[in-house]
Amino acid sequence: MTRATLLADRHRALGARSIDFAGWEMPLQYRGILDEHRAVRERAGIFDLSHMGELWVEGPQAGAALGYALVSDPAALVPGRAQYSMLCTPEGGVIDDLIVYRLPDSGLGRRYLVVANAANTDVDRETLAERFAGYDAAISDRSAATALIAVQGPLAASIVQPLVDVPLDAVRYYSIVEGAVGGASGLIARTGYTGEDGFELFVSGDAAGSVWDALLTQGAEAGLQPVGLGARDTLRLEAGMPLHGNELDRATNPFEAGLGRVVKLEKGSDFVGREALAAVAETGPARRLIGLKVTGRGIARHGHPIAAPDEGRVIGTVTSGTMSPTLGVPIAMGYVASATSEPGTMLAVEIRGMGVPAEVVALPFYRRPRSDSPAGASAAT
Amino acid sequence: MAVDVPDDLRYTDDHEWLRDEGDEATVGITAYAADQLGDIVFVELPAVGRVLKARESFGVIESVKAVSDLYSPVGGEVTAVNGELAGRPELVNVEPYGAGWMVKLRIGRREELDELRDAESYRSLLAG
Repeated sequence: MTRATLLADRHRALGARSIDFAGWEMPLQYRGILDEHRAVRERAGIFDLSHMGELWVEGPQAGAALGYALVSDPAALVPGRAQYSMLCTPEGGVIDDLIVYRLPDSGLGRRYLVVANAANTDVDRETLAERFAGYDAAISDRSAATALIAVQGPLAASIVQPLVDVPLDAVRYYSIVEGAVGGASGLIARTGYTGEDGFELFVSGDAAGSVWDALLTQGAEAGLQPVGLGARDTLRLEAGMPLHGNELDRATNPFEAGLGRVVKLEKGSDFVGREALAAVAETGPARRLIGLKVTGRGIARHGHPIAAPDEGRVIGTVTSGTMSPTLGVPIAMGYVASATSEPGTMLAVEIRGMGVPAEVVALPFYRRPRSDSPAGASAAT
Repeated sequence: MAVDVPDDLRYTDDHEWLRDEGDEATVGITAYAADQLGDIVFVELPAVGRVLKARESFGVIESVKAVSDLYSPVGGEVTAVNGELAGRPELVNVEPYGAGWMVKLRIGRREELDELRDAESYRSLLAG
């Protein structure tokens, strides 16, 4: 059964073309993927991300419980800060990638918000609950009652600021504050999935429509545009960010994905996957995620084989690929043997049976101009 | 939404159009197909001189999200391809019946034209 977000009527009124994504009816595009992509790079875009999961973890041992369940070190977060994390199998495979936000303590103790991919929310909740056994920490899934609206782009702060009651200058990259959003109580996080400055606004489902409308009105003059999942994908790919299901899955460990820094082997406590991940850290991964710029004619897509250029031997697979709207060339990510993962290496992508030349390049493909960096971003990890 | 379906063209169920110019025909994809695909970013066309059968795949068109095959409405020899599309694939979105044309064919058997839909029939296909 397909579920629709609380903003589905807005998307239809805006002329969105919808797709089924992880069991949700979501906007793929409104005016067009390229147009929406450019709006986010040059001005700002607004996204309905209400399909994503919001899992709250509370209790005196909430930090320790998350520290055991996840590969990162949420216990080390101070209130108001966030960290990118992963839920791994005992073998070190990625069940899901997540953002963990620490909020000010409640009467119940420590309080964390864990934001999960839509398709994985149920399994994440169940896995976390199992791993919390023995810890004084409770998990509650408030996904259905929570709307998530993102505003991303160089003009995001100027569009969001008039609608919130907190000074956004004080909200650093990977931080979160409680505040009023369009008059409703909510959470304002400086996080995103586009490679631009921007905010993710969590509000109750009741307020979703009015907050969405207020942001669109507020941003109209600045050229704020609604953006669908199509451009969300091209934006994150240019920014070199992994998508669970493409770059990350249970057969892939964080080190292979170039995300070994997320795994805090040095944290003082045990965690699920530690032994397996310590072994990978010791030996180095056998295969690595690479960026590819296709130099021949053709667009590399998910599933295309990657070959050594001369002998045509298959050495890997493309996990995501598209025509980069910003760079104007086809770009892709994929896994290859570590020996052939150095930037500058010439490989070939097999596109409809033809070996098309492609060069290994450093990720990300796109980095926003420094002048647009939010205050404090340089100090963020 | 009203989709442009010119009266003087023939159409396939796969949303290609054909302009009958006597011995030759020009082929492209319809405004409906271009709109459904979204922003077109890549077009792969056959070599001039290739002989195509009716309904044979002669190339590929890619939007940001999707990859689709292109099918020849009738059999014939490719006499020209639109080289402009290599650098400006967006012409297919902007002018699907004009500058966004794809190939010209020397028509093999004119009887095959009778198999194609006229504008009225194609409009009813779209109205589904």
